[in-house]
This record gives sequence, structure tokens and C-alpha cells, in this order.
Amino acid sequence: MIDPSAKVVIVGAGHAGGTAAALLRQYGFAGPITLLGAEPIPPYQRPPLSKAWLKGEADEDSLALKPLDFYAGQNIDLRMSVSVASISRALKAVTLAGGEVLTYDVLVLAMGARPRRLEIPGMDLAGVCELRTAADAETLKAVLKPGCRLAVVGGGYVGLEVAASARALRAEATVIELQSRVLARVASEPLSAFFEAYHRERGVAFELGVSVHEILGQDGRVTGVKLSDGRTLACDAALIGVGAVPNDEIARDAGLECSNGVVVDLEARTADPAVFAIGDVTHRPLPLYDRSFRLESVPNALEQAKQVACALTGRPAPAPEVPWFWSDQYDLKMQIAGLPFDGDSLLVRGDPANARFAVFHLKGDLIQAVEAVNAPPEFMAGRQLIGSRRPIVRERLADGAVSMKEVAA
Amino acid sequence: MAKITYIEHDGTEHVVDAKTGQSVMEGAIKHNIPGIDADCGGACACATCHVYVDPAWIAKTGEKSAMEESMLDFAEGVEDNSRLSCQIKVTDELDGLIVRMPESQH
Repeated sequence: MIDPSAKVVIVGAGHAGGTAAALLRQYGFAGPITLLGAEPIPPYQRPPLSKAWLKGEADEDSLALKPLDFYAGQNIDLRMSVSVASISRALKAVTLAGGEVLTYDVLVLAMGARPRRLEIPGMDLAGVCELRTAADAETLKAVLKPGCRLAVVGGGYVGLEVAASARALRAEATVIELQSRVLARVASEPLSAFFEAYHRERGVAFELGVSVHEILGQDGRVTGVKLSDGRTLACDAALIGVGAVPNDEIARDAGLECSNGVVVDLEARTADPAVFAIGDVTHRPLPLYDRSFRLESVPNALEQAKQVACALTGRPAPAPEVPWFWSDQYDLKMQIAGLPFDGDSLLVRGDPANARFAVFHLKGDLIQAVEAVNAPPEFMAGRQLIGSRRPIVRERLADGAVSMKEVAA
Repeated sequence: MAKITYIEHDGTEHVVDAKTGQSVMEGAIKHNIPGIDADCGGACACATCHVYVDPAWIAKTGEKSAMEESMLDFAEGVEDNSRLSCQIKVTDELDGLIVRMPESQH
């Protein structure tokens, strides 16, 4: 527990940073909190940007984590449109890009991640979009008019979610993916096959096993993409969704250990007792999987925000959670629990043809991960079984007539 | 606008003016009320906004969807009056609603 009048500075006002500030107050911390955000708006939820928000089904108020007056009301000094240039751990101070110096007793790093940039010609053409911030989403929304031909570069979650939203907005979408299947880095083959088919049936085209060599343009605007096999695909806009990289540079420059993200322990502490790190920018332990990893997810940001708030207010550390993710595309609710590490077999429960099924990643009789499509019981029971490390009986798990309650019993 | 009373597991009461069109979950989250986590922000994907609806209000809060039902099925301490608060829309008729929170959402 820290001195109740300690000065807390949070660098990054995304889901992680914003939640840490709110939880510190909720848990009774009364000292000064400064929340530094690079964006011009208060902390908000990013997941709807590719889904409900893009389709016009959510407004700015519903995206905001808290109403704007919350921060002043809770005595949280929220400063927007500021970036931190450097950290001095010796002086316990951060220097802003404009030169202003802010001292801290506790520093919480929550800089998040940024879209990975493709090093190809044409990336600066108008109509070439990425999707991370509300401003990005605004730009993308403006080009996604009915009839717009969108080239989606990268068949990950962002790309597929945007393709689904594009179809809802009556735009055309072609997904271009370097691997031979979509979601190749993050999901099992049955899930990839299911999503590809589901998207194709709804008018999305796919170019798999090819990369984009160049974005073509005329008069400063994108007109097409040149593929690695020599073909050219005409388009009016391009969305680049090829993964993200952590914004860990200022931590690295300050001598904090970084390895694809700021290295933290299970209480979100770095090796410096005055410095914590949370959210997408961290490389964190995963006790269930005996390794460390960088997770990009809201539940991870919330879990680590909670860890910091507990550590700073003297509450017991929260129990480690099973990592989980979700994605909405069309009428599909996908929920994933766990991570597909060290699995030795896949078990499919239910039938992909009915758009209601789950893929279990098994290591012997233990569930490592479950990918559930419109299958909440499989997700919920799977998540519990992953956390408890309780073995399952394969025949019963495979048998849809045996309920997940019975499988988990 | 509807006045909603959120009662924490330890009995602490919070009264909030929730906006019509928001969910009962959002009414709590936007006012930083403890006891509702809402990890997924209202996508009915996580079951961490579980509440017990005061018996007098059950009819007015509407029916559970099949999705909500099956998510709740695996939450801790579920009772007949359990709901996921992200699935209850705030309306003028809910002015005075009382919900209680479970000990933990995880």
C-alpha cells in the first residue's frame, strides 16, 4: 500500500489507464491522479469502433468509459492531447513533448499499442485507413459508403469485423491475407474455415496466400492494390489490419526491461517498485500456461488495472483470470477463453453448419482454450475448466447430448 | 431519466439518475458504482454485470433472451431474479428500480 497522498501519474488514457484511475478512486485512494492521454477525447471503449460504432449503432456517449464531468468530479486531472517524451526514474519524473516536467511517486504505464505499418509504397495515399482510434474510425466511416470497394489488408479480427460492418453498410469488401487462411495467427483451422465461408456467403471476397506489394493511387487517392502475384485489385479505400506493436519506447529508453512490451509481474509491477505497466503495452506472466506473453484485449487491460488499484490501496491481489476475448460479426457471437498453447488435439462440439459450435484445444484431457461461436455454455464452462485445470472426458465433451454443466460437473 | 438504486453486497446503497436508452449496467459503470464489472462493455459476452432485480420490479424489466439465459446459467450464485444488467434497457417505467449486486462478478 502506498502513502495515501502519493502522486500517481498514469501515462495513457485508453481502456487500461482510464479504468485504473477510476478504480483507484472507487477503492478509496484520495491522492492526486494525473491521467495523460495522447488522444483529444476522454477514455473510451475501442471494441465497438469496428462493430456497432462503424455501423452507426452506437454514439460517442456510449463509447465513453465515463462522462467527461466524471474526471473533474473525482479529482482526476485528465490531460488530453499530450504525449510523454521521456521518463526519468532517477528523478521520478516524466517530461511531456512540450517540455513540461511532472513528478510522480507512482508511475503507471498504459501507452497501449499501435497498428503495425506496412513498409510498402502508397501507404500515405488518401483512403488508406487503419483502425485503432476513434479518429481512425471516423475516417473509415466517412469512406464506407454504399458501393465503396474496400480492400481489407490482413485477415485478423479487425479486418473481418470491418468486412462484416462494410457489408452491413452495403460496401464491397475483399480480404487479402498472406497466410492460407484467415485468423491464422489466432484461431484454429475449423474456426478459420467457418468464418471464411460465413463471410463469403455474405458477399465478402477473399485473396488468400498473397500479400500486398504496393498501394496504387491517382491524384493522391487510393485506386487499387498490387498483389504479390502481379494482379491488381481496384478499390476506393483500403484498411490495413496487420497486427499491432506495443508503444513501449519510452519505457525502453528509461531502462525498464522490455520484450515485445514492458515486462511486468502478476501485480503489474515492473522491476522498479515505483513503476507499473498495464494493458496492451505489457508483456505479462500467464500462470496457467507457464510463460509470459503480450495480450491485446479489454479483459486483460481491466485485469491489470485492477491489479494496480489493489496493489496501491492495500487490497489483496485479485485472483488471476483466464484470458478471454470476444468478437461480433454479422449475427455471430464469438467468445474465446484461454490461449491455444501446447495443445495436442482439437475437439469440435456442435456443428459449424448450424453456426453454433465450439472448438476445444486440448492438451491430453485438459482444456487449453475454447473458441465458441453462438455457444455461451461451451464458452462459460470451458473458461471455468481452463481456470480450474480439471480434466474432462473427451467422449462426453464431444457428445452434444451431454450438457456443458454435466461435462464440467 | 430513471432513478436506480444499486445496492452493494455489503448493503451500501448508491442512487443514480440513469439516462433513458442506456442499460442498467451503463448507469452503474458511468457513475463508477462498485460491484458491477461489465468487462465486455455490454456485448452479453462475459456475465460480469450480474444483478438481482428487486422482486417488485421483475415484470417491468422484461424477459431474458436465450443468450442471456445461457450466460447466466454459468455465473456464480444465480437466483430466479438474476439478470445481466447490460440487457436491461433504462426506460421511464423503471424510475425507482432497485437492483442488488452479488459478492463478486468473477
